[in-house]
Amino acid sequence: MKRYILMRIATAIPTLWLLITVAFFLVRFAPGGPFDFDRALPPEIEANLLARYNLDAPLWQQYVTYLGDILQGDLGPSFQYRDYTVNELIAAGLPVSMLLGGLAMLLAIVVGILAGSFAALHRHRWPDHTVMALAMTGISVPNFVVAPLLILAFAIHLDWVPAGGWHDASPVYLVMPVITLALPLIAYIARLTRSSLLEVLHSDFIRTARAKGLSAATVVRRHALKPALLPVVSYLGPAAAGVMTGSVVIEQIFGIPGVGRFFVQGALNRDYTLVLGVVIFYGALVIAFNLLVDLLYAMLDPRVRYR
Amino acid sequence: MPPRRIVLSALLLLASPLFAAGDNHLVRGNFLEPESLDPHASRGVEASNILRDLYEGLTRTGPGGEILPGVAREWRQGEEGREWTFVLRDDAAWSDGSRVTANDFVFALRRALSPATASPFADNLAVIANGADVLAGNKPPEALGVEAIAANELRIRLEQPVPYLLSLLAHHSAYPVKEAALEQHGSQFTRPGNHITNGAYRLRTWAVNERIILERNPHYWDAENVAIDTVEYLPIDDEEAEFNRFRAGEIDITQTIPLRRYESIRKEMPDALRVTPYLSTYFYGFNLAREPFRDAPKLRRALSLVIDREILAEKVLGAGEQPAYALNPPGINDYSAPRPDYADWTMAKRIAEAQRLYRESGYSDDRPLEIELRFNTGDNHRRVALAVSSMWRKHLGVQTRLAHEEWKVFLQNRRQGEVTQVFRAAWVGDFNDPITFLQLLEGSYPLNDYSYDDDVYDALLAEAATTSNAQRRASLLKKAEARMLEAQPLLPLYYYVSKHLVQPRVGGWQDNIMDHHATRDLFLRDLPMETRSRP
Repeated sequence: MKRYILMRIATAIPTLWLLITVAFFLVRFAPGGPFDFDRALPPEIEANLLARYNLDAPLWQQYVTYLGDILQGDLGPSFQYRDYTVNELIAAGLPVSMLLGGLAMLLAIVVGILAGSFAALHRHRWPDHTVMALAMTGISVPNFVVAPLLILAFAIHLDWVPAGGWHDASPVYLVMPVITLALPLIAYIARLTRSSLLEVLHSDFIRTARAKGLSAATVVRRHALKPALLPVVSYLGPAAAGVMTGSVVIEQIFGIPGVGRFFVQGALNRDYTLVLGVVIFYGALVIAFNLLVDLLYAMLDPRVRYR
Repeated sequence: MPPRRIVLSALLLLASPLFAAGDNHLVRGNFLEPESLDPHASRGVEASNILRDLYEGLTRTGPGGEILPGVAREWRQGEEGREWTFVLRDDAAWSDGSRVTANDFVFALRRALSPATASPFADNLAVIANGADVLAGNKPPEALGVEAIAANELRIRLEQPVPYLLSLLAHHSAYPVKEAALEQHGSQFTRPGNHITNGAYRLRTWAVNERIILERNPHYWDAENVAIDTVEYLPIDDEEAEFNRFRAGEIDITQTIPLRRYESIRKEMPDALRVTPYLSTYFYGFNLAREPFRDAPKLRRALSLVIDREILAEKVLGAGEQPAYALNPPGINDYSAPRPDYADWTMAKRIAEAQRLYRESGYSDDRPLEIELRFNTGDNHRRVALAVSSMWRKHLGVQTRLAHEEWKVFLQNRRQGEVTQVFRAAWVGDFNDPITFLQLLEGSYPLNDYSYDDDVYDALLAEAATTSNAQRRASLLKKAEARMLEAQPLLPLYYYVSKHLVQPRVGGWQDNIMDHHATRDLFLRDLPMETRSRP
């Protein structure tokens, strides 16, 4: 097991390096630079700025310097937010994004599994059709469409929650972003749970359990659910990645000060170090999540063991 | 607070701190997160709004946009406006209680112009003796023409007379900074606790992308006349979200309004809406270095003549914008921009003249002008571009291709001038003087994206720069602007307006062309929260 973990970490390093390299050159090839403004800077001031951030060096040299800094855990200074380093900005946005993402995941897992089981147990009857139709909608309607609709309905017409903003993680500001972020995940988890539970319910050991005279509820709870959730668990890795990429849009729409908002603003401002910092951070997080999920999988399924 | 929200809040077991903000607490929408709270590093309007509360320069802008004494109590000029002596208030103090001295300004101005600081507005300050050389790194910062004659006396020597110097010194790039704080905390000197400022307020909280809270500075020399205890700046770049929060009574002053709601706001919240001319012009530039506009003043004039700016301002924009015929907006100190002859012609006469010039330039219905109009992506810019191009097509038969690009891509293309023909541009004056607009078209000026290069124009500007007589200077500048407008390297379209929503409980607000509204000039009327306006 220990060896397996070490192996996985070792393979993660070249993946991350590739990500850093591709991202580094991609942001540089985008037209426009961090110091192109409407009131353009006079050349001597721009030269001073470029020198200050080492942007006047040849690109390969900047790349090497950047890699060296990353090895020391330094993501560099932000060009746009001149009073902060990228490390500080990510640290400031992280608790917010974690809270948002964590709650969305939790909501998605609970509601998704409940809805999926409910649909499976009422297979081919109207509850099944309703849940699956809703799930299909949830998967196919993107969150940048859902968010304004929710704002229109619940913030403007009904006036139940604020239209956006953030105040010390006060729950009123969390309701809509969490729901918007969770919706596609709920839908996906519900579908996964349904199909996997149906499959399990038809297997021999469930028939045995039934034959023993256990009630339908006990059969599902005690015997069927655990194996049926394996596909859901393996989906949690991609789901975490989905929450992160989703939060980029959600944080922008709802004005939430998380890491995702820095990504959008960083890209618009050509804040190279900030964009790269967030990409690397997200990349590392996705790799870590996938590893975690694989380990969790081994705990749930006795047939899976790592050597 | 609406009853439904109370119920829901209770259901969610909320202690909702936002709705229970202190009575003497002002909340302002502020568009974006400021890039810095270092006065020499920041650039945007967002930062300058906050810095205006935190710092005070030798002079400051008053509630009506006028220049008032700041840290300097009085001043005198010598050597025909090339030497200024400022006498500082003895009671001017930093937020740590120490005295603000002339040396603080010497340090700050040297820092602002030092190449290592890379201050984005340093070029404005290069009018100080040796300023340009210091900025370019040819001379050490110590060579700059500023010196402390006494603890409370500062002398500034200038390269040439600068009649707008007092305006310039009120700008955040000329604020003092506390040397000891910089030395002790380095790049962390703007953090709460480290930030030592000399304005009416000091920094209490800075939650990046969430809020910045300032509190009253007890050491400020005029602290007894500061009414509001705390002020909170919220970065909200979505104007719809800002509007909703204003309606819910969560924000006292918005940065702007959603354009498409202008009419309904005007009807439903007339007391809250403040629309004022702003020191800013929206125009199209011609690239004079490329075909078809190189050496084609007649063609450029024809394209300008057929634009009905009144329709543009009233129908296409319709939020109080004013039609523009010149580069300098109205309301500038001691200056009125020239008005081209055609501005007072009837539309029919303008169109007839335009068609004649168009044909003389070698174009006709069979051989129409084909051009590309480039602008940065945005709903408003697209509407203006559509309106202008349809006026060109209708009256002249010009075929215009609209090309829009993401902001930074657009800026790069505009600056390089290799692909542009006609392009969108705008300018906001850094300070209240015509030169901030006119220098844009100086042949050697680095921000001249039009390739306009006219010796006579440059000579007029140069002559104005050495004139200490205000009237003569204004007439020289006006002559230069009239000459430039006739050559038409650009096509003025409209003057911007600033738009805010201000809650009725906010007092002391005065509309002004600079759109400067320091919190120290505001106060809150004694209104309970329930009576806040709700349409």
